[in-house]
Amino acid sequence: MTALRERLTSWEGFLLLVLVLLYAWNALASPVFLTLGNQVNLFQLSIEKVIVALAMTFVIINGEIDLSVASVMGLAACSFGWLHGAGVPAAAAIPLVLLLGLACGGFNAFWVVRVGLPSLVVTLATMIAFRGLARVLVEDRGIGGFPAWFNALGQKPLIGPFPFAILLFFAMAALAWVLLHRTVFGRQVTVIGASRAVAEYSGVDVGRVKTAVLVASSGVAALAGLLFAARVGAVRGDVALGFELDIITIVLLGGVSIFGGVGSVTGTVLAILIVLSLRNGMALANLTGHIQSGVLGVLLILSVMVPVFRGWFQRVLHRPEAVS
Amino acid sequence: MTPLSAPALRLLVLLAVLALTVVFFATQIPNYLDARLFNRISTSVAVILPVAVGQAFVVLTRNIDLSVGSIVGATAYATGGLLGAFPDLPPLLVPLVAMAMGGCLGAVNGFLVSRFALPSIIVTLGTLAIFRSLLVQFSGGASITMASLPAWVPAFAQANALSWEGIQLRWMVLLALAVVIVAHVVLARTRAGRQFYAVGSNPDAAAFAGIDLRATVFRAFVISGALAGLAGFLFLSRFGNITVVAGLSWELRSVGAVVVGGVNIFGGSGSVLGVLIGATLIDLIDTSLVRWALVSEFWREAVLGFLILGAVALDALLTRRLLRRRARRSLPGARPALAPSGEARP
Repeated sequence: MTALRERLTSWEGFLLLVLVLLYAWNALASPVFLTLGNQVNLFQLSIEKVIVALAMTFVIINGEIDLSVASVMGLAACSFGWLHGAGVPAAAAIPLVLLLGLACGGFNAFWVVRVGLPSLVVTLATMIAFRGLARVLVEDRGIGGFPAWFNALGQKPLIGPFPFAILLFFAMAALAWVLLHRTVFGRQVTVIGASRAVAEYSGVDVGRVKTAVLVASSGVAALAGLLFAARVGAVRGDVALGFELDIITIVLLGGVSIFGGVGSVTGTVLAILIVLSLRNGMALANLTGHIQSGVLGVLLILSVMVPVFRGWFQRVLHRPEAVS
Repeated sequence: MTPLSAPALRLLVLLAVLALTVVFFATQIPNYLDARLFNRISTSVAVILPVAVGQAFVVLTRNIDLSVGSIVGATAYATGGLLGAFPDLPPLLVPLVAMAMGGCLGAVNGFLVSRFALPSIIVTLGTLAIFRSLLVQFSGGASITMASLPAWVPAFAQANALSWEGIQLRWMVLLALAVVIVAHVVLARTRAGRQFYAVGSNPDAAAFAGIDLRATVFRAFVISGALAGLAGFLFLSRFGNITVVAGLSWELRSVGAVVVGGVNIFGGSGSVLGVLIGATLIDLIDTSLVRWALVSEFWREAVLGFLILGAVALDALLTRRLLRRRARRSLPGARPALAPSGEARP
């Protein structure tokens, strides 16, 4: 009974309530909102961001941050375009680009884990550098004309109305949930974020876990960049520019603490649904992209205050004995 | 003979790098060293310099301000709109109004960061988007054009204080240099200035010494916003035409100038004289890459990114070595203290 009560009054419960209200509001405002077509569309238009948000959940719970993800997405998409332009078949280019993504993550991890610099600074610098490399590759051109089967990955429904990218997201979300909440690795990620010293004294190889998380983040970002190229069918130097704002907003709104150690995949998935339906609702209401970003900015600041709100919220709802 | 202090050495190294860069490009680009190079770089540095100096105040307190690019854009636009509506405003008042507007936006950042102890990088990433969307909202997507401004505004950016054999020293450049000098004196010689260093180098010790941490951090963000507002006015004066993308991604250039100029990204050390050299170096590389035939100009952004990473890494290594040497001197055989990031490996 207390378990159910705690679950309903948790942050995830609150997010669920917000989500239901948002869906109701959108459904009343626009008759097309609740149609399956619009729901698939809503996911498809942001599928790259939400896939990266899953990996970012691990990074932030681990007590780090990765500001370079959007630039890695751009670099991956542009290097795919560049390889395509150089005559490399798409089937060979895909693994090469994914390897490049892992290498970007390895580069970030080298500076964070080996040299001991804060990930905030390292990934701010590589955010600029990787974006710069993407621009070097494609300059001011747009590269398109990818094979039909590649574009189909991002555009054509594969099973029922769902394209490959959306099915991949569901599979990755399930995998992320198991990995974070049901494996030793997931516990290690969380304990390092909660207290690095405790993790070290407990014999956790902190460097290896942090490296794995940062490499995975860039690897997933590269995959997302490829999906972007497939969905749009062409790449430019500014692919995914500024996406880190949405991605970090989603993760923090989902209840992941910016200081590490707290968070869940369920929270991130709920936050994904909230942000997507908010964006979709704003688009249906004809608000421009800049205004949408502004609203997202407000949401980002509110969500970084989640620990503050969570404190108030639980003090109101729980009696002291239920908190412990 | 006393050896040079570490900060002085740092400045000398920066100056040497700057000189080497000039020499290198002079061998690569024909007719490189002329009056036009000086004129072009000095005016373009003058616009970014106030932003970088403001950023330095924030970085000294262990924070970062990513919203400055949007503040530059918003104040440039608002000042232009104001001048369009009231062309008779006294010229001396206009930069002050721009600074006040920027200061208010900076106060929003400062309030959120200092009152709720939120990470500044997240708060200012949010306000970066918010300030820009306010600009879009109020402008309705329309631009400010040169024709709508009183004649003295574009004239100010062109006016020379000194001119000699084609080398022109603009009033705008002198204004930016004055900002650097005032900021340097404040930071190096006044109690209020030293507090920024104290808060950034050890917040606990600063609090025990009776320094108001919240007020100091708040002040740094207000200064950063106000100087970004001043840069917004200079931007308006120099370019005349303001669109909604004015000042876009300037936050990265200002952070670059600060970090390359030797201000420690972990707070607590650095000087604005270094920031002046850092800003000049970045602009010099930027401008020269465009003219260098061997390498495409699209390398500019990548070079900036790796330059920042290199500067930060160098800084961390130097600090760590310094701490180790001090520890050895005071206690033979002692292990060094934690690295400034607190991230030293076990």
